[in-house]
Amino acid sequence: MPNRPQPAFPEQDSEYFWEGCKKNELRYQKDPDGNVIFYPRAHSTITGDGNLSWHTSAGLGTVYTYSVVRQNRSPSFAELGAYSVAYIDLDEGFRMLSTIIGVDDPTTDIEIGMRVKVDFEQQDEGEYPIPVFRLID
Amino acid sequence: MAQERKAAIGGIYEWPKRVDPGVSSMQIKAASIKAALDDAGLSWADVDGLYDAGDGDGGGGGLGLAAYLGMKPTVIDTTQVGGSSYEFHAAHALRDIASGKCKVAVTSYGSKAATLRTPIGTGGPRGGGTWLTNMENMYGSTLISNYAMVAQRHMYQYGTTTEQLAEISIATRAHAMRNPEAVQAMTDLQFVGVREISVNDVLESRVLADPLHLLECCMISDGGGAAVFVSPEVAADLKKKPVWILGSGEATKYRENDGDITISAGAQSAPIAFQQAGITPEDIDIAMIYDSFTITVAVMLEDLGFCKKGEAGQFIADGHLRWDRPGLTINTDGGGLSSNHPGMRGLFLLLESVRQLRGESTSQVENAKLAVAHGNGGLLGATHTGGTVILAAD
Repeated sequence: MPNRPQPAFPEQDSEYFWEGCKKNELRYQKDPDGNVIFYPRAHSTITGDGNLSWHTSAGLGTVYTYSVVRQNRSPSFAELGAYSVAYIDLDEGFRMLSTIIGVDDPTTDIEIGMRVKVDFEQQDEGEYPIPVFRLID
Repeated sequence: MAQERKAAIGGIYEWPKRVDPGVSSMQIKAASIKAALDDAGLSWADVDGLYDAGDGDGGGGGLGLAAYLGMKPTVIDTTQVGGSSYEFHAAHALRDIASGKCKVAVTSYGSKAATLRTPIGTGGPRGGGTWLTNMENMYGSTLISNYAMVAQRHMYQYGTTTEQLAEISIATRAHAMRNPEAVQAMTDLQFVGVREISVNDVLESRVLADPLHLLECCMISDGGGAAVFVSPEVAADLKKKPVWILGSGEATKYRENDGDITISAGAQSAPIAFQQAGITPEDIDIAMIYDSFTITVAVMLEDLGFCKKGEAGQFIADGHLRWDRPGLTINTDGGGLSSNHPGMRGLFLLLESVRQLRGESTSQVENAKLAVAHGNGGLLGATHTGGTVILAAD
């Protein structure tokens, strides 16, 4: 199993998001006017108002852009081979940084515009599974 | 000209060495301030404004620097917005000097990134437990891969190619080969081949983060320098002719749910700066654009208004970025790609602009009268700043 860095708590903005990951739910927020808010926080980035509501994404999205990291000197990633990082546009209207796993060769198998679905990747250490994405047909 | 001339850069200094184990970052800053004041013909006691990005290890940002220098300035500004901090300092100095708050202000930089082997581009998550790191650290996105994702999207959206982007590496290397300090830098940092490079050299260099190759990425050096900002009264009596700050613009941009990451904060900061200066991009003789990576320059050429969004690839493909060819010239010192990048290159954009407008560059553009310095701080494609400064010869 992989051993990605875990989120660190206490951290009041992202905690409910990560509790959702434990239940295989990809959570996002809306403000009272219906604007989608992501990454999680306690105020609307449009109006500054509080009272955001939480929602669960269907986990389906599109690759907005990506790169394949060939070199990362930090311990958590130094031993990995080439791996992808990507911005995923979820169908509900939010964009998140993530990675696309389950491809033979990330340098050739990923293209902008491809459809993806979230997966919750269990880690060697740490209680929080990490939301990652897989290509879908 | 009709522009208002309310503040100028009166003195500059660039630390000559890019690998310098024997000095501290604070020593680089102090010695650079002294040398920049000497360049202007001003003294230590004249300084009444201090701008600092908190880059040294003095503690407390501008507070620690003032104590280390032994200065008691009446303007203290510790703006730290990444590599564009120095464009922000110039912008703030223009405001502070124009309003009479100070007359002789300094900004300085000192870094030991090469000696300390700081993994600027390929370092992973640092720290944790913030609203942002808790959402991103787990994916191992490096500094380089942020820029690479912009390049990937730019290529997808506009058909930009690595062959086109390579022209930026080629031009800056050609300039570096004319700059003895840059040649020494590449030698000391053990570049493979201290010589002019070709498109093939770029294409054949290894990929660090798709689609960016090694020769599209800036060096990691030691270094630093300083600039002295002065009022018109002080500018009238300097050793060298002042270089006037005509306008400035500041902006920030970040990951947005529906954002276009091929557009940088520069698209917001540049029009503000050009409007204040009362000129247009067509008037510019020389552009110093933060070349952390090739894609940074391509995006900024568009956002500064030198070509339309998406057309940078075609705009640069004819090789005109070199100093000795007609058309817009960039980064005549050799840039971050081939001369100097200790982590926050923004200062050097101001310094080489001044050299050009004084006629002192090693790749001097004939009759250069108007320059733009544009810094990008933070991570292009993610949280970043744009700082645009328009400069004019006396």
